[in-house]
Amino acid sequence: MFKRIGGIFWALLFLAVPVLGVATFAISPFYDHWLPKDVSTHGAAIDSLFYFILVLTGVVFVVTEFLLFWFMWKYDRNNQEGHATYIQGSHTLEVVWTIIPAATLVFLAIYQMNAWADVKMRRPSMAPTVEVIARQFEWRLRYPGRDGTLGTADDLFVVNDLHLPVDEDVLIQLKSMDVLHSFFLPNLRIKQDAVPGMKIPVWFKAREVGQFDIVCAELCGWGHYKMKGRVTFESRPEFESWLERKYAEQQATQPPAEADVAAE
Amino acid sequence: MTPPTTAVTPAVDHGHAAPHAHGHAQGGLSHFLSTYVFSKDHKVIGLQFLFSTLLWFLVGGLLALAVRWQVAWPWSDVPVLGKLFAQEGGQMSPEFYTMLFTMHASVMIFLVIIPILAGAFGNFLIPLMIGADDMAFPTLNMLSYWFMWPAFICFGASFFVEGGAASGGWTSYPTLSTNPASSPASSMGQTLWLLGLTFVGVSSMLGSVNYMTTIILMRAPGMTMFRLPMTIWGMFITAILQAFALPVLTAAGFMQLSDRMLGTGFFSPEGNVINNAIAGAGGGQPLLWQHLFWFYSHPAVYIMILPAMGMVSDILTVFARKPLFGYRPMVYSIAGIAGLGFIVWGHHMFMSGMNPALGITFMVSTMMIALPSAVKTFNWLGTLWGGRIQFTTAMLFALSFVSMFIIGGLSGIFMAATPVDIFIHDTYFIVAHFHYVLFAGTAMGVFAGIYFWFPKMFGRTMNEFWGKVHFFLTFIFLNGTFFTMHILGAVGFPRRLADAYHYETFHHLQPMNAFMTWCAIGMVATQVIFAANFIYSMFWGPRAGRNPWNANTLEWIAPSPPGHGNFDFQPVVHRGPYEYSVPGVEKDHLMQTDPPNQAAAAAAAAAH
Repeated sequence: MFKRIGGIFWALLFLAVPVLGVATFAISPFYDHWLPKDVSTHGAAIDSLFYFILVLTGVVFVVTEFLLFWFMWKYDRNNQEGHATYIQGSHTLEVVWTIIPAATLVFLAIYQMNAWADVKMRRPSMAPTVEVIARQFEWRLRYPGRDGTLGTADDLFVVNDLHLPVDEDVLIQLKSMDVLHSFFLPNLRIKQDAVPGMKIPVWFKAREVGQFDIVCAELCGWGHYKMKGRVTFESRPEFESWLERKYAEQQATQPPAEADVAAE
Repeated sequence: MTPPTTAVTPAVDHGHAAPHAHGHAQGGLSHFLSTYVFSKDHKVIGLQFLFSTLLWFLVGGLLALAVRWQVAWPWSDVPVLGKLFAQEGGQMSPEFYTMLFTMHASVMIFLVIIPILAGAFGNFLIPLMIGADDMAFPTLNMLSYWFMWPAFICFGASFFVEGGAASGGWTSYPTLSTNPASSPASSMGQTLWLLGLTFVGVSSMLGSVNYMTTIILMRAPGMTMFRLPMTIWGMFITAILQAFALPVLTAAGFMQLSDRMLGTGFFSPEGNVINNAIAGAGGGQPLLWQHLFWFYSHPAVYIMILPAMGMVSDILTVFARKPLFGYRPMVYSIAGIAGLGFIVWGHHMFMSGMNPALGITFMVSTMMIALPSAVKTFNWLGTLWGGRIQFTTAMLFALSFVSMFIIGGLSGIFMAATPVDIFIHDTYFIVAHFHYVLFAGTAMGVFAGIYFWFPKMFGRTMNEFWGKVHFFLTFIFLNGTFFTMHILGAVGFPRRLADAYHYETFHHLQPMNAFMTWCAIGMVATQVIFAANFIYSMFWGPRAGRNPWNANTLEWIAPSPPGHGNFDFQPVVHRGPYEYSVPGVEKDHLMQTDPPNQAAAAAAAAAH
């Protein structure tokens, strides 16, 4: 028994991996160290896929790590007499543990396509609600203004303070002026790189009013960490009155020469 | 420790043995230079790679600590380093932080992991394990090491040029990396980074051509491809990957250099405005770089793990005293990983603006590449099943490779699932994933390899007690550092931010980051034990015989350390590398060179 202490110690150390691993994932949600609140309509599909993969990989993780522990415990040299068993492999086992994971992975691949298509491929047919132009190190926002068309003289410009209507499809046209950035809304499960020279559509629908973070998630230079914006979801009337207020502010602060251009 | 009893030509004509002896007589500087510096002996070159990369490992580790310091306690005075690089009273600037993580990754990937696997272990082990007296092209081999030096100088010097070293991330995405106006450090530092990368590429290419030729042409009599140890299979497939993927990176590197220095616009679109100035003529595409870069750098991920997988497979069999479970499936799965490795690069670009339909293709191929990795893991478990496990330090590191690779492999499935990737892309979830594969996987495999082959390298064994202390602490601290990163990733905590706590979503994560930083400090401190053990054992460790572990492969019939020309007789191979605990044979292993009649005789004796 004394000779076995080494083997037992190492086996238990490896057993700690699945035990503490699962414990970490089980405890974290109770300390708010978990997926942030989701207020989007598509986020539930993403989160449930996350949980599905978590359970699937969790089971594989626990089983394989436990087998590793068990083999270390049982087949410790000091725990047995004679030679090891001479086994070169097993055709049946190879086939089984190739086909089962293959089928699971193919299922997983097909199962998730729809969620991806909803977020990235099935773009709603509508004019952009707002154009987001990323720039070192701020989010420039451009609303179409009263005429509903982007790129005209009555466009409204705002920085870092994105307001959007709740319970409505929103289409963002994402651009970058200089380097790569990434438009990341953790609470809406939205992320899209902004690429110089490209106009990339981003769409979603918020279910709740509230204010949330806009994070830059692609390295964009020394000020990357402070490229922070806020998104506010509010009811349609509130959103429109905010637009009006901002528009009035813009008119009031614009220098006369540009105001003339705007009037044309 | 059976003296091989093969009845073949007793001595090989080493060819270079004579001039070598001659050099002794002359003595002096030229002998020293030709033996230890500009040596063409694969073992010396391997050790040169080993020492250089271990030194850079230290640099990379310290860079990581500085990164961790800032993440845990942003804008607080940095101990020691803050005094050395005092610019703003010991506090780290965001530019400096950006440079730190860029260079941490660049150093670890290009100057540590790739050259330690292919350069150090590949050079040292390939001729020994296939029974050759040296590499096919010894001069090319020497050059492959010396081409690392311009890279060392470029990367090292870049810390001291104006603006500091590269700070565009190790992926060096344009237009941040191509336009100096977009980043204060993206002047000389980035150019040196690109030049350094090119030299690393030349070195790898020279090595890879050499390894392929050597493995194909110089195997000992009887050493068929399917009698090669897994280590050699790992090195062989890695060499193929490098040969086919590297030219693309080299070309892309030159395109980026040309964008920076000649004003071309491969990667910059028209009308780009940086710092309120029009940035070049444009006409290019930033995504082009990402495709070219990942076309190399994804296969490079396998270049950074396949040799370690091979070494671990060999070490597991030696200390489980069992044949490798499923040798052929193991070979095929390495080949499968390599083949699929060329068509999955797009999974780094799911959020890049690449056509989302193309994202689905890459998602499917990425899901499929999990399969050979799973097969390998099951076969490692099968190898332990029914074994007679001996818990040496090398074995513990090899076992931890398996345990940690399971975590790194499974977390990859989250990122491969495109919808989930929308949330966790560029968060700490990916940081956890690749550190589990590259540190908890490859680096553990490298440690296993060092403890295992140290007797062959230096003729002495490392101290087992301190080896186990080193293993235990590394294992604890690495999990403390990296496992928690999954949780940060689940909150969406983005990587590469100098200070994320001003975001409402992330403000409460500082205590967890502080815990991780303490673990990281512990992990780096633990390596002092390793360094001391390594240096002490090199000179004063107990002498090892030819075959201290009773292993089967060819390197163990050579003297420890092997002289010039490796073997004192021509090895002839009679069987595969994993004949442990063969029924009816008294001793529990049959070396590849043990003649078949001996085995048969032993079997007959046992039957009576």
